[in-house]
Amino acid sequence: MGRYVGTSVKRVEDPRFIQGKGRYVANIQFPDMVHVAIKRSPEAHARITRIDTSAAAAMDGVVAVFTGQDFKDGGCGSLPCGWLVPDTKVPDRPIVVTDRVCHVGDSVAVVAARTPYIAADAVEAIEVDYEPLPTVVDARGAMDEGAPLVHAEIDDNVSYHWALGDQEACEKAFAEADEVVEVELVNQRLIPTAMEPRAAAAQWDAASEEMTVWTTSQNPHPIRLLLSAFTLGIPESKLRVISPDVGGGFGSKIFHYPEEVIVPWVAREIGRPARWVATRTESQMTDSQGRDHVTVARLAMTSDGTFTGLDVETWANQGAYLSTFAPLIPTALYITLLSGNYKMPGVFGKVHGTLTNTVPVDAYRGAGRPEAAYLVERLVDLAATRLGRDPLELRRHNAIPKDDFPYQTPVAFLYDSGDYDRLMATAADNADYAGMRAAQAEARAEGELRGVGVVCCIEASGPAPSAVAGSLGSAVGFWESGEVRVHPTGQVSVFTGSHAHGQGHETTLAQVVADELGVPIESVEVVHGDTGRVNFGMGTYGSRSACVGGSALVRSAEKVRAKVLEIGAHLLEAAEEDVVYDRETGRVHVKGSPESGKDFGELAFAAYTAHNLPEGMEPGLNFVSFYDPANFTFPASSHICEVEVCPDTWEVRILRYVAVDDVGKVINPMIVEGQIQGGIVQGVGQALTEIGSYSDDGQLLSGSLLEYAVPRADLLPGIEVDRIETPSPHNPLGVKGAGEMGTIAATPAVANAVLDALAPLGVTHIELPLTPERIWRAVQAAGNGA
Amino acid sequence: MFPSQFDYHRAASVAEAVELLSSLPDAKLVAGGHSLIPAMKLRAAQPAALVDIGRIPGLSDISSDGDSLVIGALATHTSVADAAAVRGGCPMLAETAAAIGDIQVRNRGTIGGSLAHADPGADYPAAMLALGAEVTAVGAGGERTIAASDFFVDILTTALADNEVITSVRVPCAAGGAYLKHRHPASSYAVVGVAACVGLDGGDVASCAIGINGVTGKAVLADAAAAALCGGPASADRIAAAAACVGDAFDEPLGDLYASGEFRAHLAGVYTKRALAVAAARAG
Ligand SMILES: Cc1cc2nc3c(=O)[nH]c(=O)nc-3n(C[C@H](O)[C@H](O)[C@H](O)COP(=O)(O)OP(=O)(O)OC[C@H]3O[C@@H](n4cnc5c(N)ncnc54)[C@H](O)[C@@H]3O)c2cc1C
Repeated sequence: MGRYVGTSVKRVEDPRFIQGKGRYVANIQFPDMVHVAIKRSPEAHARITRIDTSAAAAMDGVVAVFTGQDFKDGGCGSLPCGWLVPDTKVPDRPIVVTDRVCHVGDSVAVVAARTPYIAADAVEAIEVDYEPLPTVVDARGAMDEGAPLVHAEIDDNVSYHWALGDQEACEKAFAEADEVVEVELVNQRLIPTAMEPRAAAAQWDAASEEMTVWTTSQNPHPIRLLLSAFTLGIPESKLRVISPDVGGGFGSKIFHYPEEVIVPWVAREIGRPARWVATRTESQMTDSQGRDHVTVARLAMTSDGTFTGLDVETWANQGAYLSTFAPLIPTALYITLLSGNYKMPGVFGKVHGTLTNTVPVDAYRGAGRPEAAYLVERLVDLAATRLGRDPLELRRHNAIPKDDFPYQTPVAFLYDSGDYDRLMATAADNADYAGMRAAQAEARAEGELRGVGVVCCIEASGPAPSAVAGSLGSAVGFWESGEVRVHPTGQVSVFTGSHAHGQGHETTLAQVVADELGVPIESVEVVHGDTGRVNFGMGTYGSRSACVGGSALVRSAEKVRAKVLEIGAHLLEAAEEDVVYDRETGRVHVKGSPESGKDFGELAFAAYTAHNLPEGMEPGLNFVSFYDPANFTFPASSHICEVEVCPDTWEVRILRYVAVDDVGKVINPMIVEGQIQGGIVQGVGQALTEIGSYSDDGQLLSGSLLEYAVPRADLLPGIEVDRIETPSPHNPLGVKGAGEMGTIAATPAVANAVLDALAPLGVTHIELPLTPERIWRAVQAAGNGA
Repeated sequence: MFPSQFDYHRAASVAEAVELLSSLPDAKLVAGGHSLIPAMKLRAAQPAALVDIGRIPGLSDISSDGDSLVIGALATHTSVADAAAVRGGCPMLAETAAAIGDIQVRNRGTIGGSLAHADPGADYPAAMLALGAEVTAVGAGGERTIAASDFFVDILTTALADNEVITSVRVPCAAGGAYLKHRHPASSYAVVGVAACVGLDGGDVASCAIGINGVTGKAVLADAAAAALCGGPASADRIAAAAACVGDAFDEPLGDLYASGEFRAHLAGVYTKRALAVAAARAG
């Protein structure tokens, strides 16, 4: 046990954030910088019959105006898709459209001007004539006979069909089932809404032909790769991508976006640095969005409540184009999770990825896994109702026993470790579940609408074994790089390919390395987010930074230790087997006589002076590792939520929220608790307030924060967070992902609680979000209430 | 979110503000800027010039003569919510101001700006109607007072002329009042806001007024419901019966993504019932 790992070290990044000293892309300034603004389509689907930029170009302070043709002629390639399942049809996605817009917000023309005000005025002065085309917005409706086509060359609006599972076992389960419950439900579209809007800046050095791009990315290296190989065409060796402080991503900043190409292209074209910062309005209509599934499913069980089969069909809305990882989310991150925490042989799922005239859909916190959890956990509650069983008890009855790990599900995944029964027992204890049920019975007797929601959820985190990702459709690998560079003074710089945009890696990864080396945490500095300083890395998403990025650093630190030990033994004139590396102090000493040792700093210095190194040893103390994980890790959670529904305004009030999570070994309990809490709040947002809505003609109805309701602090009481730890055997730290578990579990926990509250009124299903009006209508439809 | 170009003038007096409004083409007053500036940033409003009245002295005073309050147009929502005269003389008005937006909004937004803007989801209008307030405005032709019931004309439309400046609002004091709102989860504006005033004589309701905003394009008085409560005790049954009549006040309830017109009408009944109960208790 180290000195730092497992303790709540305060976040070293917080002083700068709290004091407003963070450095974001919007803070990048150059004296002669131009401001870029983009003309956005107000139409969801239309042919462009005329663009007149002359008035804009003539405005005082406007430096240049460009149209789609300029970008095409100027060598910009289309945005690629980085995840292709078999037979995926990929619509062309130009950086700036030339003749046809496919969603509201599609980029139509670009202005570079002296100030952002002038740029905005010039954008308004650009005249565009649109000839509207028919639109389709609905995930399932896109496949209807005669539905308008989003792209003429894809004649059924289907990008791909995908299926996974044991269909035979599934059919058998339903043929032999004693009971079957069914549901049709929607995982509604969500708009990620990071605090910091997306932004890009660029500086072109004409002499060296080097381009520097600053972008709000969760993964600067893949962006550099895509810019180089597909969209901008500048060699990777001449391209530096920096992702400085980033104010939240939640997945939406993984992807390669048009503006990341537009800004450097413009900078080079006009020979001046350029910057674009999205307005909130632009964020709402151009950041890739999340969820948007329509699903029909059924669960088979025996009369004693043992689940035997799950059959799922989902229509996943992919939007107008395939965003960078779009096909991954409803396939290998969704169908694969349908087994939940339960032992059931016959799981089979199929998904249809459809194209519509809406903003592209891709990963959003949880990405596929919340969709699966909401579906499975609703079905389990419906099963409990059908069987007259307590929902917690039914879950415990079906949970994979702790001795069954590693557990192979019928949908590809091999779960690493877990103790779901203990997880649920802990949640039940913490919540006083029996007491909650008793209070509910009393409240019901008084005519109050009180409900308790229980869930047990699974996540696959820490993507991913590269070969497995490749076989599932990925165009890239999902290893991570980690470099531990010990300086001659013994100070340590750590370079990680992960990227922090709120998670606190500068603290947690320093904890890991400080413990590995036995040095004070203050002497460890974590560097990330700059392709000019850091080795190629894959970035941060899928709760992978500790599992994969942390493991890469452990590997490098091990190499440092081995070399330091060797140097120490040499200087102490002892055999290597006779010396020890004390990981508490970083000293190397002869076994049994700690006083006769050498400090880490001395040994680091010796490595660099190279005056007296073991025969044949290279000088220096610097190691890089590329760690490819053996498998995903599988965090799990059991959450219990208690709600009250007001019987006339139909507002939902959360009375208690109790969360118990198993994210494996915990590096920093405070940070994990923060991640779980923040995740829960986002999950509650899906349950109660958030919905990205489109009208039939493709207008985004929730286009601003006046309509789109992000959850606020007053939506929840204090969240009671606890954990159990089943270390993951899949990585050297024993960690599992902690970033998404809260989001995954919270949506079904709240939904189950609300539907439990409404059960006496005969309501069995309401689509999310559970707004007062939706509840009111459901109660009326059930023939109850006013 | 960049507004289009505009000129900026700071008025030193109400007279100068009127003068600037009359002479400058397409000019608009700005007070707290918390309705106008967001609209300009969305380019929904593109005035050629702003006339800033925010620093005109004396325009933010709040005073009371015991019967009514006079509230300067520049009084912020926070100062109305906190003023002892308001809290003591007209608790419902303090409650209304405190229910607006969030702390930043309340610290900047003014009562004059809110009334002039006449947003259907704004909180003040219902209270002004229920309390029978009078708006004082100064224009090129001098000063006039406009009864609240004449002031709100339509969605975002008032009886003010283009070059008129609200200088103050006179609000009769009322102990028996309550304002309750159903807050929009995103904007925090009123989905429905009900301001109820109840006056008791002996055990019976002698006077009652109910203002409702959020449901229709402009705030309305629910006269039928108010009349139904008068002439008897403010019992739970009578309050419920009165609240059941609020629907008469709405020709065409408006809906949005969050709440349809039908649901707003339902909520209006619920909040009317609640507000009447609180108002009656305070009156008693
Ligand atoms: C995030 C947010 C949340 C909000 N939530 C709420 C809410 O819950 N409830 C609510 O009621 N309001 C809410 N508001 C609006 C807020 O109360 C505004 O402050 C108020 O509506 C306008 O007051 P102002 O002083 O800011 O006016 P300004 O924005 O300066 O002006 C608004 C309009 O009034 C005119 N005007 C201003 N002063 C005068 C005057 N003295 N005479 C004549 N015309 C004048 C202006 O020309 C302009 O047309 C919210 C605003 C924001 C930004």
